[in-house]
Amino acid sequence: MNETLRHARYVMSENVVTFGAFLFFFLMVLFAIFGEAIAPYDPLASNAALALQPPSPQHWFGTDQLGRDILSRVIVATRLDLGIAVVAVAMSFVVGSILGTCAAYFGGWSDRIISRLIDTLMAFPLFVLAMGLVAALGNTIENIIYATAIINLPLYTRVVRSEVLVQRQAGYVEAAHLVGNGHLRIMGTHIFPNVLPVTMVHISLNMGWAILNAAGLSFIGLGVRPPTAEWGIMVAEGATYIVSGEWWLALFPGAVLMMAVFCFNLLGDGLRDLIDPRMRT
Amino acid sequence: MAKKSKGTIIAQRLLSSLPTVIGVIIVTFLLTRALPGDPAAFFAGPAATPEAIAEIRTTLGLDRSLPEQFFIYLGELARGDLGNSLTTGQTVVYDLTTRLPASLELTLAGLTFAIALALPLGILAALRAGSWIDHGVRVLATAGVSLPTFFTGLFLLYVLYFRLGIAPAPTGRLDILYSAPNPVTGFYLIDSLLEGDLELFWASFTQLLLPAITLGLFALAPLARVTRAAMLGVLSSDFIRTARASGLPPLQVLFGYAFRNALLPVVTTFGVVFSFLLGANILVEKVFAWPGIGSYAVGAVVASDYAPVQGFVLAMALLYVVLNLLIDMLYVVIDPRAGVET
Repeated sequence: MNETLRHARYVMSENVVTFGAFLFFFLMVLFAIFGEAIAPYDPLASNAALALQPPSPQHWFGTDQLGRDILSRVIVATRLDLGIAVVAVAMSFVVGSILGTCAAYFGGWSDRIISRLIDTLMAFPLFVLAMGLVAALGNTIENIIYATAIINLPLYTRVVRSEVLVQRQAGYVEAAHLVGNGHLRIMGTHIFPNVLPVTMVHISLNMGWAILNAAGLSFIGLGVRPPTAEWGIMVAEGATYIVSGEWWLALFPGAVLMMAVFCFNLLGDGLRDLIDPRMRT
Repeated sequence: MAKKSKGTIIAQRLLSSLPTVIGVIIVTFLLTRALPGDPAAFFAGPAATPEAIAEIRTTLGLDRSLPEQFFIYLGELARGDLGNSLTTGQTVVYDLTTRLPASLELTLAGLTFAIALALPLGILAALRAGSWIDHGVRVLATAGVSLPTFFTGLFLLYVLYFRLGIAPAPTGRLDILYSAPNPVTGFYLIDSLLEGDLELFWASFTQLLLPAITLGLFALAPLARVTRAAMLGVLSSDFIRTARASGLPPLQVLFGYAFRNALLPVVTTFGVVFSFLLGANILVEKVFAWPGIGSYAVGAVVASDYAPVQGFVLAMALLYVVLNLLIDMLYVVIDPRAGVET
């Protein structure tokens, strides 16, 4: 453990950018948990007298068309945006791991069926599939989560499947068999922990993509409904004002969204360095 | 091992995409039946009377069993019938085919931009590994996949249209001053050239520029990353060392030997890139009011007009299958090993 910590410190000090990403990540978690308390104003309180104010000392990010404070809305939106991504990624991670492990461990028909299922999902451009799913299942936040989870499923299934295929040949699996462990036990407690590190890297890289995806869906009017504060929909609402010069409505939520995704992508690269120093580029 | 000609490989690949197409059709079919509540009510629209809904249920065959419904759906597909759009009053097939060229022109322009920038950048980064240009490309590659396409588009619009006034207003494929060229290919760039109208060509080119760059920036990242990695791998291989040691000119080694081999993994990533592009296309079309099938689908989603969304998802999936097929064929054509021995 001490070794790991030292390595973590080494990676951090070697790579300032990764360290910055970690800091930004903690900030986001803070906003997600204590959003309402940190936000200087009520994110939903409109004030027609203050509509479309440019950034000022009172309103750092300016105000929107209804006079709502954009900084407060951006902060409060963190919980929803992160929440959607975390739940969706967790779901596709769990289901994808089970499918991938089963496919690789049992092989044969289960492998063929699962792989065919995944290939079919991969046959769709993923964002298009997500859009179709939300349109079909109904326009709610839960369905945004399901759609995001489904389009990420192929990634986890494939990664876990190929990893388990390698691990299955290992001596320790055979040993576990000989001692009389059941299939479930071998898959769950012997093989899977060895697959976990590789999938962790993918989770981090995937989180960013899930956030982008959910924000993209709400940008085109799916899932999140207008008074709710969410980055994608805030950019969509601000889009109408950008051609008349009120840039702050779309810029700040868009920039924060971009930083969040960037942060997760950097974290993924950092995690990869942490877990496997040989893979460092 | 038997020798396989390139023709055989391509024929086999064509056959192997059949199950995918069937899978796509099944999923799209299930999407309709997964509608919450009553699909008939959805297809009838919000203002329908109970009688109209009941009638639609019979015409859609929703009172029959699922397999039976599937075969009816297949029959409709075979006749090229994807239903009607409530918002435009046209058949979905008509709407999609008239709007498809706009989307294709945009996607191809975006792809061209991405390739034109990503390949030289990736090669340079690999040649000067560890230099500032290498770091620059890495930052660009990570930043590129982090960019929300809709946000980049709006940002470019604000700076280049509102602030600097260089770019034209986001009013679709042409400014209202111009009228569209005779549709031969449906691509305004080509059609205007066919008419010999350079002014029109320039007008549609400037309209296309911003959306294409927005789209291309998103596709740039994976392409540059893979080009760099592939070139690095190839440049350190034995045959390059031999070629260099034999005194071949550096440029010939670079493009005749290294690049040709590095191209294979790059072509493979085109699949992912197209998945990105076709998805991002929807967002870019919405931002720039581009009259393609993406903005058509967005409009339909917002209006709860289900048949067009359905048709759009199916069309995009089939387009993607075809593109993947073309990528694989391109791979076979450029792979020096293919067709020799397998």
